[in-house]
Amino acid sequence: MIKDTLYVKRKRPTDMLLLAAIYISATLAVALLLGIILYVFVKGIHTVNWAFLTTVTSARKQTTGIAGNLLNTLYIIVITLLIATPIGVGSAIYLNEYAKPGKLVSLIEFTTETLSGIPSIIFGLFGMIFFGETLGFGYSLLTGSFTLTLMVLPLITRNTQEALRTVPDSYRTGALGMGSTKWHMIRTILLPSSMPGIVTGIILALGRIVGESAALLFTAGSDYKLPKFTGAFGDNLAKLAHKAMESGGTLTIELYLQMQKGQYDNAFGIGCVLIVIVLILNLLTKLAANKLRRE
Amino acid sequence: MNSGTHASVMGNRKNKAVVETVAQIVFTICAFFAVLAVVSITLYMIISGTPAILKVGLKEILFSTEWMPTAAEPKFGILWVILTSIVGTTLAILLGVPIGVLTAVFLAEVAPKTLAAIVKPAVELLAGIPSVIYGLLGIYLLNPLMYQLERLIFRGSTTHQFTGGANLLSAVIVLAIMILPTVINISETSICAVPAGIKSSSLALGASHVQTIFRSILPAAKSGIVTAIVLGVGRAIGEAMAITLVSGSSVNVPLPFNSVRFLTTAIVSEMGYSSGLHRQVLFTIGLVLFVFIMIINVVLNKILKKGADDND
Repeated sequence: MIKDTLYVKRKRPTDMLLLAAIYISATLAVALLLGIILYVFVKGIHTVNWAFLTTVTSARKQTTGIAGNLLNTLYIIVITLLIATPIGVGSAIYLNEYAKPGKLVSLIEFTTETLSGIPSIIFGLFGMIFFGETLGFGYSLLTGSFTLTLMVLPLITRNTQEALRTVPDSYRTGALGMGSTKWHMIRTILLPSSMPGIVTGIILALGRIVGESAALLFTAGSDYKLPKFTGAFGDNLAKLAHKAMESGGTLTIELYLQMQKGQYDNAFGIGCVLIVIVLILNLLTKLAANKLRRE
Repeated sequence: MNSGTHASVMGNRKNKAVVETVAQIVFTICAFFAVLAVVSITLYMIISGTPAILKVGLKEILFSTEWMPTAAEPKFGILWVILTSIVGTTLAILLGVPIGVLTAVFLAEVAPKTLAAIVKPAVELLAGIPSVIYGLLGIYLLNPLMYQLERLIFRGSTTHQFTGGANLLSAVIVLAIMILPTVINISETSICAVPAGIKSSSLALGASHVQTIFRSILPAAKSGIVTAIVLGVGRAIGEAMAITLVSGSSVNVPLPFNSVRFLTTAIVSEMGYSSGLHRQVLFTIGLVLFVFIMIINVVLNKILKKGADDND
């Protein structure tokens, strides 16, 4: 009568089915995602060579290159991080060290969350009319950087906050007890101890900047040329400084334009460069996070 | 501030008090930057999105289906565009979320530890791949496949407009793949956070491993999975560059094999050459998208708060 004893495992067809679904989904997801990286890398690596990286596309010289876009990307990264890092870190210090829990803190935390949920195309529209038109920066690397500053701010704030939370309270009371002022305590105790967290935030922001396109299309524009260096050192410096006020397309923008034109070889070449950058940034994040965990 | 507690043994007490106050003020200003940014973005979206509504009429814009922005007598109905975004996002979620959640289950519960340790970083890496790359693969690999499928299905059809594969279905597949990393990461974290007691009680009562996963663990991880879905919706509805070229380029009824335009792709593909009222209507489209995103944000905030309350 009783067939199912404790010792005989009952066969459950639904279990088998669900388990199969789990395996199929996982295989599909992993295959797709790894496939994407490998495909772009393999397809693009032929295009990438020294000339591709160091020259500018020119019909007259018959060259195809992304040096201008690399420089533009570098400009946007540096300017954006120079503005966003102090503000983001400062904001985290206020939230964690000064503010008392209440309406104000939840308002700031809610807006930070909201900021990280706004899609980049909206940042692009806002940047175009506010920085570009209202403040008069036009299509320029500066406009693009200001726009991206708003975008990456939550990343830096949140990571710094998390790092500050892991600093033991005894560090704070110890420093204050020995007669340190609060600012001195923050500068010499808190910031050094939370450095890996801040660095993680900055690297994540870097990744976001490198991969961004929709927010830059209508703010930084799409120019791909290098400044023409001639003559005196001072002249060249002035040209480099002035470049920030000029339009410039990053790697992602150039990729988009190339694929719009149907130049898939160039597009995959840029894609390959982007993937290598993302890989390196990912490794760096891992290193910084490990350092944070060990401490 | 009580200056007595802040002065150290050495140094000038007055100078230090000034530095302290300045530091506090600077940090406070930094913190309000986010508030300022959100308020100005909201204001600017409203200011630049409403003129077109006043000129064309709210009903005419939102509920009319005719989009002829450059005609002699221009028409600015964006109903199909709004519906495309809603339908496209819904389909992408329906396709991406089950695969994502099951993959998260695999990583957290089924996979051997060493395998999970390799796959997890790979998935995290994918969250950082630029969206234009997804678009590039969409247009290069997916669209030709779709075109073959389209020719197979609509062979002999006289009414179907062939799209060359750039259609709603292609965009949905690209979006579904793009939300995978988000869904997998967040679901996996919430599955791992389920207390071990729930799992062991279920197993001790005689439930099989699979039953335990679907009857005990997943329900316990519900709030995290819902968060993952809402974030996925946000990412899908706001994505622009990946699907601009993949989805085709005409405003159309959102059917799988139609060339369509999303809220985001309408802005990207027309902003460059638009002017006057046409440009203002594009800002109205931006405003509509912004309203959707704000609703998603508020919902997300509610869920996260509820999750935090449940944990307390």
